[in-house]
Amino acid sequence: MLARMTAFAALAAAFANAAAAQQPAGDIVAAAVLRVATAAPLPISRLDLPPEDLGFAGARLATEDNQTTGAFIGQEFTLTEVSVSPDGAVAALEELIGQGALFIATMADADTTLALADAAGERALILNATAMDDRLRGADCRANVLHLAPSRAMLTDALAQFLMVKRWDEWLLIEGSHPADKALADAYRASAAKFGAEIVETRVFEDTGGARRSDSGHVQVQAQIPVFTQEAPDFDVIVAADETEVFASHLPYHTWDARPVTGSAGLTPMTWHPAQEAWGGAQLQTRFERLANRPMRPEDYNVWMALRVLGEAAIRTNATDAETLRAYIEGPDFQLAGFKGQALTFRPWDNQLRQPIVLAADNVVVSFSPQDQYVHRFSPLDTLGVDGPETACDYE
Amino acid sequence: MRRLLTTTALIVAAGPASAYTVYVSNERGNSITILDSETLEVTDTIPVGQRPRGINLSPDGRWLYILASDDNTVQVMDTETKTISHNLPSGPDPELGVLHPSSNPLYVANEDDNLVTAIDVEARTILAEIPVGIEPEGMGISPDGRYVINTSETTNMAHFIDTQTYQITSNILVDQRPRFAQYSEDGSRLYVSAEIGGTVSVIDPSVPEIIHKITFEVPGIPQEALQPVGVRVTKDGSKIYVALGPSNRVALVNGETYEVEEYFLVGQRVWQLAFTPDEKLLFTTNGISNDVSVIDVENDEVIASIPVGEQPWGVAVSPE
Repeated sequence: MLARMTAFAALAAAFANAAAAQQPAGDIVAAAVLRVATAAPLPISRLDLPPEDLGFAGARLATEDNQTTGAFIGQEFTLTEVSVSPDGAVAALEELIGQGALFIATMADADTTLALADAAGERALILNATAMDDRLRGADCRANVLHLAPSRAMLTDALAQFLMVKRWDEWLLIEGSHPADKALADAYRASAAKFGAEIVETRVFEDTGGARRSDSGHVQVQAQIPVFTQEAPDFDVIVAADETEVFASHLPYHTWDARPVTGSAGLTPMTWHPAQEAWGGAQLQTRFERLANRPMRPEDYNVWMALRVLGEAAIRTNATDAETLRAYIEGPDFQLAGFKGQALTFRPWDNQLRQPIVLAADNVVVSFSPQDQYVHRFSPLDTLGVDGPETACDYE
Repeated sequence: MRRLLTTTALIVAAGPASAYTVYVSNERGNSITILDSETLEVTDTIPVGQRPRGINLSPDGRWLYILASDDNTVQVMDTETKTISHNLPSGPDPELGVLHPSSNPLYVANEDDNLVTAIDVEARTILAEIPVGIEPEGMGISPDGRYVINTSETTNMAHFIDTQTYQITSNILVDQRPRFAQYSEDGSRLYVSAEIGGTVSVIDPSVPEIIHKITFEVPGIPQEALQPVGVRVTKDGSKIYVALGPSNRVALVNGETYEVEEYFLVGQRVWQLAFTPDEKLLFTTNGISNDVSVIDVENDEVIASIPVGEQPWGVAVSPE
């Protein structure tokens, strides 16, 4: 712990020098969003097409929010948005750092996030908004990365708790054939073991390629899915692990047995849902929709949180220099209000933001985890994901 | 039935001094529940506009101002006829309001628009719109009427607004998600609750600066469930009551030491509080259990819980 704090101090000192060199006089906090586009196939539903301003809109709202508050004490918040392909990511990062952006929210896969973190080193703080891989919080953790995105384990634990409370403890696990699907299925297996569910059978849905959508494609789906799901042992729910979005959305209503679908379709764990209006959430939704003319997606929410972290640090410390902000964000007093009914804080052992997880189906919020039945010696939020004693993260 | 008749007779005869009328807004029920403080029974339920939250009574008890958030208006109920008399222009999404001690104007927080609106309740016009922080909610006023205090839930500040100039004169940073602002009767203290921060800031408004932060702890209750919202202070300043949201507790805080002396178990998700004018009873709105708890202030005990409408939010009690 001591070693880690020292490392932070060194990091902060480096920040301060960079800040002095780059920033003009005035109380300015410079942030950036670096979105690394990967070639993803089209989603199953055309309603799920990613908007062009995905994530950026969340950043704009956070900057407005920070600015409204900052104006009362003479602080200014700036934002740079960059969208690049994976092979241009590090060069884009260098350019941002060169321009004085010391806090960089990233929307990238695990490998790119790691490459960015290692390239940034002591010069910038990386705010991971989308990479959910548990290894980034474990063996591959980096001291200069804060995770706003939940880990896969947090999401799968959130769903597992709900299913256990419902006594739906016999699962048919269907996983996709891509590495990300496998990683998600591994997380569900770990959650089942953690909370006592039984996976009665695991099936793999092979992605055979081809177009996701075609005219009258539903005719084939209606024939394929019942066959794929038939002759399973008795189970309560299907848990779908389909991060690459190949098949899960086709499961509801097509399964052989009349059982609910959860996981990557049906009842789904996520950080944010546009119907979430509890705990003042309605106000965040309204502000976002006015700004972006569309509903707020989890990616927008995660980036919004990433930049609100800066706003909170700047206003609480009444400072804008990187050294002070870093020390506060990493310190014990940091709290973020994220419209989830309780303060959000960072886990010291892996820099993961503790946060309740929304469980939503279709257009409705069904529940929030952690469920009340699961308690913890420090915080119920630590029943989601990897707890301190189990962490594989070692910043030394 | 017999009891109901008696109650009606009492109201007609203006009643003894200890019988007050308690008004409760039901956020989801779109109604106002009317209770009798002596019998502790519901006497009436009045349908009103959509999503009524904050409610304020005129000092003479004649007019009840109902902030119908989803109708973007303030409805004015004539408490004699128990009907809506007229609406006031309020700006969008009014959430919580406070009346000037002279009974006019009414200041409301427009949660969606980062504004505080000052409304002339006589002329039925908007006097001013004051830009404040993000998601304004808590509204307090100094006993001399000089300052209106607004708290903004995402900016996390208490804004001091000069009621003469409508300018913000000071901003005090408090803990996360401030919900409510309440002056002491003598004006020497201002209490601001922070729902997510879990504290009540005690502010000396003459400076202004925070002189103390009240914290809460209940064995067996997760710290994050102790979420301060409504605050009420006895006229002598000796007792501060704080509603603690999803912990289902109301704290009694010593007004001199700021130590918590007692936690009262009330209904679920307790948010707002109101005394009877004689300060013998304190009413609490419990949003999840759809009831109102009644705390006996003299004997420090919860004496009743009264079912009201769906998701009770605001509460106001008639004057002497």
